[in-house]
Amino acid sequence: MEKSRPLWDNPLQFVFACISYAVGLGNVWRFPYLCQMYGGGGFLIPYFIMLIIEGMPLLYLELAVGQRMRQGSIGAWKIISPYLCGVGIASIVVSFFLSMYYNVINAWAFWYLFHSFQDPLPWATCPLNSNHTGYEEECEKTSSTQYFWYRQTLNISPSLEASGSVQWEQALCLTLAWLVVYLCILRGTESTGKVVYVTASLPYCVLIVYLIRGLTLHGAVNGLVYMFTPKLEQLSNPKAWISAATQIFFSLGLGFGSLIAFASYNKPSNNCERHAIIVSLINSTTSVFASIVTFSIYGFKATFNYESCINKMILLLMNTFDLEEGSVTADNLSEMKGYLMATHPQEYAQLSPQLRNCSLEAELDTAVQGTGLAFIVYSEAIKNMEVPQLYSVLYFFMLLMLGIGSMLGNTAAILTPLTDSRAVAARFPKEVISGVVCLINCVIGLIFTMEAGNYWFDIFNDYAATLSLLLIVLVEAIAVCYIYGIRRFEKDLHTMIGRKPNWYWKIMWAFASPLLIISLFIFYLTDYILTGKLQYQAWDATQGQLVTMDYPGYALAVIGLLVVASTMCIPLGALLTFVRKRLKRESVSTTA
Amino acid sequence: MLRVLLLILSVVAVGHAELCKPDAQNAFKVRLSIKTALGDNAYAWDANEEYLFKAMVAFAMRRYSSKSATQISNVLLCNVTDRVSFWFVVTDSSKNMTAVPGSEVEAAIRMNRNRINSAFLLSEKTLQFLRITSTLSPPVEPSTPVWLIVFGVVLCLIVAGIIFLIVAGIQQRKKKNKESTERENLEEKGEVTVTVENGIPCEALDLKAGHVNGVFAADDERFTSL
Repeated sequence: MEKSRPLWDNPLQFVFACISYAVGLGNVWRFPYLCQMYGGGGFLIPYFIMLIIEGMPLLYLELAVGQRMRQGSIGAWKIISPYLCGVGIASIVVSFFLSMYYNVINAWAFWYLFHSFQDPLPWATCPLNSNHTGYEEECEKTSSTQYFWYRQTLNISPSLEASGSVQWEQALCLTLAWLVVYLCILRGTESTGKVVYVTASLPYCVLIVYLIRGLTLHGAVNGLVYMFTPKLEQLSNPKAWISAATQIFFSLGLGFGSLIAFASYNKPSNNCERHAIIVSLINSTTSVFASIVTFSIYGFKATFNYESCINKMILLLMNTFDLEEGSVTADNLSEMKGYLMATHPQEYAQLSPQLRNCSLEAELDTAVQGTGLAFIVYSEAIKNMEVPQLYSVLYFFMLLMLGIGSMLGNTAAILTPLTDSRAVAARFPKEVISGVVCLINCVIGLIFTMEAGNYWFDIFNDYAATLSLLLIVLVEAIAVCYIYGIRRFEKDLHTMIGRKPNWYWKIMWAFASPLLIISLFIFYLTDYILTGKLQYQAWDATQGQLVTMDYPGYALAVIGLLVVASTMCIPLGALLTFVRKRLKRESVSTTA
Repeated sequence: MLRVLLLILSVVAVGHAELCKPDAQNAFKVRLSIKTALGDNAYAWDANEEYLFKAMVAFAMRRYSSKSATQISNVLLCNVTDRVSFWFVVTDSSKNMTAVPGSEVEAAIRMNRNRINSAFLLSEKTLQFLRITSTLSPPVEPSTPVWLIVFGVVLCLIVAGIIFLIVAGIQQRKKKNKESTERENLEEKGEVTVTVENGIPCEALDLKAGHVNGVFAADDERFTSL
């Protein structure tokens, strides 16, 4: 009796799983940054063009492969061609690297979530120094939110070399994060299918609440206007197009094997073409939606800081020159400055190092991405809202949902091939395999909870998945179109869905997407070669800001290892299969 | 007589002027931000408020050292500006109108800071004594950090969920194993052919293994009895 493959309860679970996986933290913390850097509203043009050229076709390709072959990544590519088993293994290696470091973000989200149940929020004020005469020195130099992130959350060391010890609080949060992931994947699609209803829909509820709250904040309009004024001259900057292509590529999570794994649990008659279009469109609109929210928050924070700066200057002038309260206001500040400079030149000159020109544009220009945006900028904005505890809990819960949704996809990419392979699945039940994978990842993940952990996190974040994924997806596209054959693929799709793909899909698969990926690949390689040294941002506690430092030798070795470990799997797999076939042929010929 | 009085007054005035001037040795600068603190309810700073201030400082000095007999007239104010800021100095009448040492004044003000603040409806930030550092109150910290409590609750819930799912899975597998061994025994005996539809054995659909179709059996009642 053949053991039937577990299936999703209904197609909606599959769509939700894909959305939950694709809509992740990148939509919230990377897209708004790119929008700001590359021309505001104008960035949407290259973004949607890239969606049509590479996003939808490649997503459809992966879903179709998974649904047709009904196996995880290793099995699926082996069926297409035995020489391509390396592609599946490379996907697993990349997924493994990703799951190692990605769950640390969920640990941080848990940390902030648990700390949101206090009044006042712990990142709202600086802690006092030891003799209670003033605030902590490091906190004075920087802001209270940055201090909370760098000192009380990460307890970051001044450089990568100073590893420090494991922070037990972060280790606890990481363990909790892995337990949550284990709970969700424990029973395979049975449990994952129910969890994705929550992880896919809850972030949208929170984003809507934040949209309403964000748009009603004082100064939100400044941020929105700043973002959406299209600076069309950025369109001529090639970096804008490359960033759009890269963002679409990584945002959809192609090449990890998660989409193949999810699609393999579909009924063969599932209409994956429609689902591919739906998922990619929802992913992109979520990015735009999230950036509207982010920019209204930016606007609020920038306006708040600008007004505090103005008030500080007013107070300074009033105190130095003993002017009546209310005589200097925001409107007449510049005139008063001129008047005072004329009437009391000496005292004004003494004061000038402390006087700053407060500028709203300068505040808005501080473009931040990544963990800085999510944990520093947002928490700074939240602490100034009314009922900050509520908004804080909502926000970090949303981050958690986004992160866990993506983790489910990653672990599915690793577990599906393992449970498919008869060697492993026959001996151990599903729960044990999932448990072992989670345990190994958790133990390795403790590296990221050390004092220098954030620097290692940045290494993994920047290098573990970038080049390898481009290569994997390129090989996938070429394999399906030219090795498997596009006519055979067409026939398969016709059997599954009931109609053949039209010319748009075929042209994209065969020419446009591979060409685009090759150009991205060449661009990244030349960029790495031209920049020469690789550098990172380290936190200097004495100055209270980030400084650029060079990576030490062993860190560069780790980076090289990360890239090589996954990319080399492809040729090695092909070579191994070739050698094995040769040996088999020889043994057959000798016995015959 | 009048001339003597005038002379004494001028001497006193000069003495006062020497004691109370900006950056004098034992003088302190005070700055009030009444409009910032009270907004529309702000009061104007006039001679009456100055009298109250002198009274508060005298009160603070008396409270600090019980032997001190500071009078309101011992507190001198000068250089009042529109900002509302001024300098003050406390004199000691027993020591021939010299200024009380700054350290004593500082300690006295520190001790009675919140009484002085509340007399003027102001706070530490809006009634500033420059050069007198204030002791900031540390934030209230509960014995167990709040985050650990929330962490513990969530951890217990998650672990309970995991254990529940694992146990349910083991029970399900045991049941399946029992059924499959039973079926294997029956198959060996050759008695029951197992028809499988969609991976579900047909006998699981109708456990009674009857040869009567239940639907038609129920229809007997529809036929009228003869």
